[in-house]
Amino acid sequence: MHIAEGFLPLEWSAVWYALALPIVGYGIYRAQKLRERELGVMPLLAVTAAFIFVLSALKLPSVTGSCSHPTGTGLGVVLFGPSITAFLSIIVLLFQALLLAHGGITTLGANTVSMGIVGPAVGWLAYRAVRRMKAGLLTSGFVAAFFADLMTYVVTAGQLAAAFPATKGGILLSFEAFFGIFAVTQVPLAIIEGITVALALKLLQEHGVAVEMWQPKGVSVSEA
Amino acid sequence: MKLEATTILAVLLVISFFSLLALTTAIPKAEWGGTDGQGMELIEQSLNYEPWVNPIWEPPSGEIESLLFALQAAIGSLIIGYYFGILKGRKESEK
Repeated sequence: MHIAEGFLPLEWSAVWYALALPIVGYGIYRAQKLRERELGVMPLLAVTAAFIFVLSALKLPSVTGSCSHPTGTGLGVVLFGPSITAFLSIIVLLFQALLLAHGGITTLGANTVSMGIVGPAVGWLAYRAVRRMKAGLLTSGFVAAFFADLMTYVVTAGQLAAAFPATKGGILLSFEAFFGIFAVTQVPLAIIEGITVALALKLLQEHGVAVEMWQPKGVSVSEA
Repeated sequence: MKLEATTILAVLLVISFFSLLALTTAIPKAEWGGTDGQGMELIEQSLNYEPWVNPIWEPPSGEIESLLFALQAAIGSLIIGYYFGILKGRKESEK
Protein backbone atom coordinates (compact mmCIF):
# COMPACT_ATOMS: atom_id res chain seq x y z
CA MET A 1 0.00 0.00 0.00
CA HIS A 2 3.01 2.29 0.16
CA ILE A 3 3.18 4.22 -3.06
CA ALA A 4 6.91 4.82 -3.41
CA GLU A 5 8.56 8.24 -3.52
CA GLY A 6 8.06 10.02 -6.82
CA PHE A 7 5.56 7.47 -8.11
CA LEU A 8 2.64 9.87 -8.30
CA PRO A 9 2.59 12.78 -10.70
CA LEU A 10 2.73 16.15 -8.93
CA GLU A 11 -0.94 16.98 -9.44
CA TRP A 12 -2.02 13.72 -7.82
CA SER A 13 0.37 14.27 -4.91
CA ALA A 14 -1.33 17.61 -4.39
CA VAL A 15 -4.85 16.17 -4.62
CA TRP A 16 -4.18 13.51 -1.98
CA TYR A 17 -2.40 15.96 0.31
CA ALA A 18 -5.35 18.33 0.03
CA LEU A 19 -7.71 15.55 1.05
CA ALA A 20 -5.51 14.14 3.80
CA LEU A 21 -4.33 17.21 5.67
CA PRO A 22 -7.71 18.59 6.84
CA ILE A 23 -8.67 15.20 8.22
CA VAL A 24 -5.32 14.71 9.94
CA GLY A 25 -5.77 18.20 11.36
CA TYR A 26 -9.19 17.29 12.64
CA GLY A 27 -7.70 14.13 14.17
CA ILE A 28 -5.12 16.22 16.03
CA TYR A 29 -7.88 18.54 17.23
CA ARG A 30 -9.94 15.58 18.47
CA ALA A 31 -6.94 14.04 20.20
CA GLN A 32 -6.35 17.34 22.02
CA LYS A 33 -10.00 17.48 23.05
CA LEU A 34 -9.79 13.98 24.49
CA ARG A 35 -6.63 14.94 26.33
CA GLU A 36 -8.33 17.97 27.86
CA ARG A 37 -11.22 15.75 28.90
CA GLU A 38 -8.96 13.22 30.51
CA LEU A 39 -5.18 13.14 30.62
CA GLY A 40 -5.41 9.39 31.10
CA VAL A 41 -6.11 8.95 27.41
CA MET A 42 -2.50 9.71 26.42
CA PRO A 43 -0.98 6.29 27.15
CA LEU A 44 -3.82 4.62 25.26
CA LEU A 45 -3.14 6.90 22.28
CA ALA A 46 0.53 5.96 22.44
CA VAL A 47 -0.34 2.27 22.55
CA THR A 48 -2.63 2.65 19.55
CA ALA A 49 0.17 4.31 17.58
CA ALA A 50 2.58 1.61 18.77
CA PHE A 51 0.17 -1.03 17.52
CA ILE A 52 0.30 0.53 14.04
CA PHE A 53 4.10 0.66 14.31
CA VAL A 54 4.35 -3.04 15.08
CA LEU A 55 1.82 -4.43 12.63
CA SER A 56 2.89 -2.29 9.69
CA ALA A 57 6.49 -3.44 10.18
CA LEU A 58 5.57 -7.10 9.68
CA LYS A 59 5.79 -8.26 6.11
CA LEU A 60 4.03 -11.57 5.85
CA PRO A 61 3.89 -14.17 3.08
CA SER A 62 0.49 -14.78 1.59
CA VAL A 63 -1.45 -17.20 -0.61
CA THR A 64 -0.36 -15.51 -3.84
CA GLY A 65 3.34 -16.13 -3.34
CA SER A 66 3.90 -12.47 -2.54
CA CYS A 67 4.42 -10.65 0.74
CA SER A 68 2.52 -7.75 2.17
CA HIS A 69 1.99 -6.15 5.54
CA PRO A 70 -1.02 -5.43 7.75
CA THR A 71 -1.78 -1.79 8.53
CA GLY A 72 -2.47 -1.95 12.26
CA THR A 73 -5.12 0.74 12.06
CA GLY A 74 -8.03 -1.45 13.20
CA LEU A 75 -7.39 -0.90 16.91
CA GLY A 76 -7.36 2.87 16.45
CA VAL A 77 -10.60 2.67 14.53
CA VAL A 78 -12.39 0.90 17.36
CA LEU A 79 -10.86 2.93 20.19
CA PHE A 80 -10.91 6.42 18.68
CA GLY A 81 -12.66 6.42 15.30
CA PRO A 82 -11.17 7.31 11.92
CA SER A 83 -9.84 10.87 12.31
CA ILE A 84 -7.49 10.16 15.21
CA THR A 85 -6.42 7.03 13.37
CA ALA A 86 -5.50 9.27 10.42
CA PHE A 87 -3.31 11.39 12.69
CA LEU A 88 -1.56 8.32 14.16
CA SER A 89 -1.09 6.77 10.71
CA ILE A 90 0.65 9.78 9.24
CA ILE A 91 3.24 9.63 12.03
CA VAL A 92 4.06 6.02 11.15
CA LEU A 93 4.04 6.73 7.41
CA LEU A 94 6.40 9.66 7.90
CA PHE A 95 8.79 7.50 9.92
CA GLN A 96 8.76 4.87 7.18
CA ALA A 97 9.19 7.43 4.41
CA LEU A 98 12.18 9.08 6.06
CA LEU A 99 14.02 6.10 7.55
CA LEU A 100 12.96 3.11 5.47
CA ALA A 101 12.42 4.62 2.02
CA HIS A 102 8.98 3.02 2.24
CA GLY A 103 6.47 5.38 0.75
CA GLY A 104 7.70 8.92 0.37
CA ILE A 105 7.16 12.57 1.08
CA THR A 106 5.51 13.25 -2.28
CA THR A 107 3.20 10.27 -1.75
CA LEU A 108 2.59 10.80 1.98
CA GLY A 109 -0.78 12.40 1.29
CA ALA A 110 -1.93 9.51 -0.88
CA ASN A 111 -0.68 6.88 1.55
CA THR A 112 -2.35 8.68 4.45
CA VAL A 113 -5.63 8.73 2.53
CA SER A 114 -5.50 4.96 1.93
CA MET A 115 -4.07 3.68 5.21
CA GLY A 116 -5.14 6.44 7.56
CA ILE A 117 -8.44 7.68 6.23
CA VAL A 118 -10.52 5.67 3.77
CA GLY A 119 -9.49 2.23 5.07
CA PRO A 120 -10.22 3.20 8.70
CA ALA A 121 -13.43 5.03 7.72
CA VAL A 122 -14.78 1.92 6.01
CA GLY A 123 -13.64 -0.17 8.97
CA TRP A 124 -15.46 2.24 11.28
CA LEU A 125 -18.69 2.05 9.26
CA ALA A 126 -18.50 -1.74 9.20
CA TYR A 127 -17.80 -1.75 12.94
CA ARG A 128 -20.82 0.42 13.67
CA ALA A 129 -23.03 -1.64 11.38
CA VAL A 130 -22.26 -4.96 13.04
CA ARG A 131 -22.25 -3.43 16.53
CA ARG A 132 -25.77 -2.11 15.88
CA MET A 133 -26.75 -5.64 14.95
CA LYS A 134 -25.72 -6.58 18.50
CA ALA A 135 -22.46 -8.22 17.50
CA GLY A 136 -20.02 -8.51 20.40
CA LEU A 137 -17.03 -6.22 20.87
CA LEU A 138 -14.51 -8.80 19.68
CA THR A 139 -16.43 -9.77 16.56
CA SER A 140 -16.98 -6.11 15.74
CA GLY A 141 -13.29 -5.38 16.32
CA PHE A 142 -12.38 -8.18 13.94
CA VAL A 143 -14.74 -6.76 11.31
CA ALA A 144 -13.35 -3.23 11.77
CA ALA A 145 -9.75 -4.36 11.34
CA PHE A 146 -10.51 -6.68 8.43
CA PHE A 147 -12.19 -3.95 6.41
CA ALA A 148 -9.74 -1.21 7.39
CA ASP A 149 -6.85 -3.40 6.25
CA LEU A 150 -8.39 -4.66 3.01
CA MET A 151 -9.89 -1.33 1.96
CA THR A 152 -6.52 0.37 2.41
CA TYR A 153 -5.15 -1.75 -0.41
CA VAL A 154 -8.23 -1.32 -2.57
CA VAL A 155 -7.81 2.44 -2.25
CA THR A 156 -4.12 2.19 -3.19
CA ALA A 157 -5.13 0.26 -6.31
CA GLY A 158 -7.66 3.00 -7.08
CA GLN A 159 -5.12 5.77 -6.54
CA LEU A 160 -2.61 4.13 -8.86
CA ALA A 161 -5.29 3.41 -11.45
CA ALA A 162 -6.46 7.04 -11.39
CA ALA A 163 -2.92 8.32 -11.86
CA PHE A 164 -1.97 5.68 -14.42
CA PRO A 165 -4.97 4.71 -16.56
CA ALA A 166 -4.21 2.06 -19.16
CA THR A 167 -3.81 3.50 -22.66
CA LYS A 168 -6.42 1.06 -23.92
CA GLY A 169 -9.10 0.28 -21.39
CA GLY A 170 -8.52 3.28 -19.16
CA ILE A 171 -8.84 3.47 -15.39
CA LEU A 172 -10.94 0.33 -14.99
CA LEU A 173 -8.42 -1.91 -16.69
CA SER A 174 -5.49 -0.55 -14.74
CA PHE A 175 -7.53 -0.75 -11.52
CA GLU A 176 -8.00 -4.42 -12.27
CA ALA A 177 -4.26 -4.85 -12.71
CA PHE A 178 -3.36 -3.09 -9.45
CA PHE A 179 -6.25 -4.70 -7.60
CA GLY A 180 -4.92 -8.07 -8.80
CA ILE A 181 -1.55 -7.34 -7.25
CA PHE A 182 -2.82 -6.07 -3.91
CA ALA A 183 -6.21 -7.48 -3.01
CA VAL A 184 -5.95 -11.28 -2.89
CA THR A 185 -2.58 -11.15 -1.13
CA GLN A 186 -4.16 -8.94 1.49
CA VAL A 187 -7.16 -11.09 2.45
CA PRO A 188 -5.30 -13.54 4.75
CA LEU A 189 -3.38 -10.65 6.30
CA ALA A 190 -6.61 -8.79 6.94
CA ILE A 191 -7.92 -11.87 8.76
CA ILE A 192 -4.77 -12.04 10.90
CA GLU A 193 -5.08 -8.34 11.65
CA GLY A 194 -8.70 -8.90 12.67
CA ILE A 195 -7.70 -11.61 15.13
CA THR A 196 -4.92 -9.42 16.53
CA VAL A 197 -7.27 -6.50 17.11
CA ALA A 198 -9.86 -8.74 18.77
CA LEU A 199 -7.13 -10.07 21.07
CA ALA A 200 -5.87 -6.56 21.85
CA LEU A 201 -9.40 -5.38 22.68
CA LYS A 202 -9.99 -8.37 24.91
CA LEU A 203 -6.73 -7.79 26.78
CA LEU A 204 -7.47 -4.10 27.23
CA GLN A 205 -10.91 -4.92 28.54
CA GLU A 206 -9.57 -7.54 30.93
CA HIS A 207 -7.20 -4.94 32.31
CA GLY A 208 -10.04 -2.61 33.10
CA VAL A 209 -9.91 -0.26 30.10
CA ALA A 210 -13.32 0.97 28.97
CA VAL A 211 -12.47 0.45 25.32
CA GLU A 212 -15.46 2.18 23.81
CA MET A 213 -15.46 5.38 25.85
CA TRP A 214 -13.21 7.41 23.50
CA GLN A 215 -15.19 6.88 20.33
CA PRO A 216 -16.53 9.94 18.48
CA LYS A 217 -19.44 11.50 20.34
CA GLY A 218 -23.01 10.73 19.42
CA VAL A 219 -22.07 7.56 17.63
CA SER A 220 -20.84 5.48 20.53
CA VAL A 221 -22.90 2.34 20.52
CA SER A 222 -21.74 1.07 23.87
CA GLU A 223 -24.06 3.40 25.75
CA ALA A 224 -27.05 2.71 23.54
CA MET B 1 -12.59 -26.99 30.54
CA LYS B 2 -13.84 -23.57 29.63
CA LEU B 3 -11.55 -21.79 27.22
CA GLU B 4 -10.96 -18.11 27.65
CA ALA B 5 -11.42 -15.83 24.63
CA THR B 6 -7.84 -14.60 25.02
CA THR B 7 -6.47 -18.13 24.81
CA ILE B 8 -8.57 -18.98 21.77
CA LEU B 9 -7.54 -15.79 19.99
CA ALA B 10 -3.87 -16.21 20.83
CA VAL B 11 -3.88 -19.81 19.58
CA LEU B 12 -5.71 -18.75 16.42
CA LEU B 13 -3.12 -16.07 15.85
CA VAL B 14 -0.21 -18.47 16.21
CA ILE B 15 -1.86 -21.05 13.94
CA SER B 16 -2.64 -18.51 11.23
CA PHE B 17 0.90 -17.10 11.39
CA PHE B 18 2.46 -20.52 10.95
CA SER B 19 -0.01 -21.38 8.19
CA LEU B 20 1.27 -18.38 6.29
CA LEU B 21 4.85 -19.47 6.87
CA ALA B 22 3.95 -22.99 5.74
CA LEU B 23 2.74 -21.49 2.47
CA THR B 24 6.34 -20.80 1.53
CA THR B 25 6.95 -24.53 1.22
CA ALA B 26 3.54 -25.16 -0.35
CA ILE B 27 4.21 -22.69 -3.16
CA PRO B 28 7.87 -23.44 -3.89
CA LYS B 29 8.21 -21.43 -7.09
CA ALA B 30 7.00 -18.13 -5.70
CA GLU B 31 9.44 -15.28 -5.19
CA TRP B 32 7.80 -13.76 -2.08
CA GLY B 33 8.40 -10.24 -3.24
CA GLY B 34 6.43 -7.37 -1.76
CA THR B 35 3.19 -6.24 -3.40
CA ASP B 36 4.24 -2.61 -3.00
CA GLY B 37 7.29 -3.26 -5.14
CA GLN B 38 5.24 -5.18 -7.71
CA GLY B 39 2.80 -2.31 -8.04
CA MET B 40 5.61 0.17 -8.67
CA GLU B 41 7.29 -2.25 -11.10
CA LEU B 42 4.10 -2.48 -13.12
CA ILE B 43 4.06 1.30 -13.50
CA GLU B 44 7.73 1.47 -14.43
CA GLN B 45 7.56 -1.32 -16.97
CA SER B 46 4.21 -0.89 -18.64
CA LEU B 47 4.31 2.89 -18.81
CA ASN B 48 8.04 3.56 -18.91
CA TYR B 49 7.48 5.77 -15.89
CA GLU B 50 10.43 7.17 -14.03
CA PRO B 51 9.83 8.46 -10.50
CA TRP B 52 10.43 12.18 -10.49
CA VAL B 53 11.76 12.29 -6.94
CA ASN B 54 14.00 9.81 -5.18
CA PRO B 55 13.87 9.06 -1.46
CA ILE B 56 15.96 11.48 0.58
CA TRP B 57 17.75 8.55 2.18
CA GLU B 58 17.58 4.84 1.53
CA PRO B 59 18.82 2.06 3.79
CA PRO B 60 22.08 1.07 2.06
CA SER B 61 21.41 -2.67 2.28
CA GLY B 62 18.74 -5.26 3.03
CA GLU B 63 20.37 -5.88 6.41
CA ILE B 64 20.13 -2.28 7.44
CA GLU B 65 16.59 -2.10 6.17
CA SER B 66 15.61 -5.12 8.27
CA LEU B 67 17.41 -3.54 11.22
CA LEU B 68 15.18 -0.50 10.94
CA PHE B 69 12.04 -2.59 10.50
CA ALA B 70 12.98 -4.63 13.57
CA LEU B 71 13.60 -1.40 15.44
CA GLN B 72 10.18 -0.10 14.39
CA ALA B 73 8.49 -3.26 15.71
CA ALA B 74 10.63 -3.25 18.85
CA ILE B 75 9.76 0.34 19.76
CA GLY B 76 6.09 -0.43 19.25
CA SER B 77 6.21 -3.63 21.30
CA LEU B 78 8.08 -1.88 24.08
CA ILE B 79 5.39 0.77 24.42
CA ILE B 80 2.61 -1.83 24.33
CA GLY B 81 4.34 -4.01 26.93
CA TYR B 82 5.06 -1.04 29.19
CA TYR B 83 1.40 0.02 29.07
CA PHE B 84 0.08 -3.43 29.89
CA GLY B 85 2.60 -3.66 32.71
CA ILE B 86 1.20 -0.47 34.21
CA LEU B 87 -2.37 -1.72 33.82
CA LYS B 88 -1.51 -5.00 35.47
CA GLY B 89 0.24 -3.28 38.37
CA ARG B 90 -2.69 -0.93 38.83
CA LYS B 91 -5.15 -3.80 38.83
CA GLU B 92 -3.14 -5.73 41.39
CA SER B 93 -2.66 -2.80 43.73
CA GLU B 94 -6.43 -2.25 43.73
CA LYS B 95 -7.03 -5.72 45.09
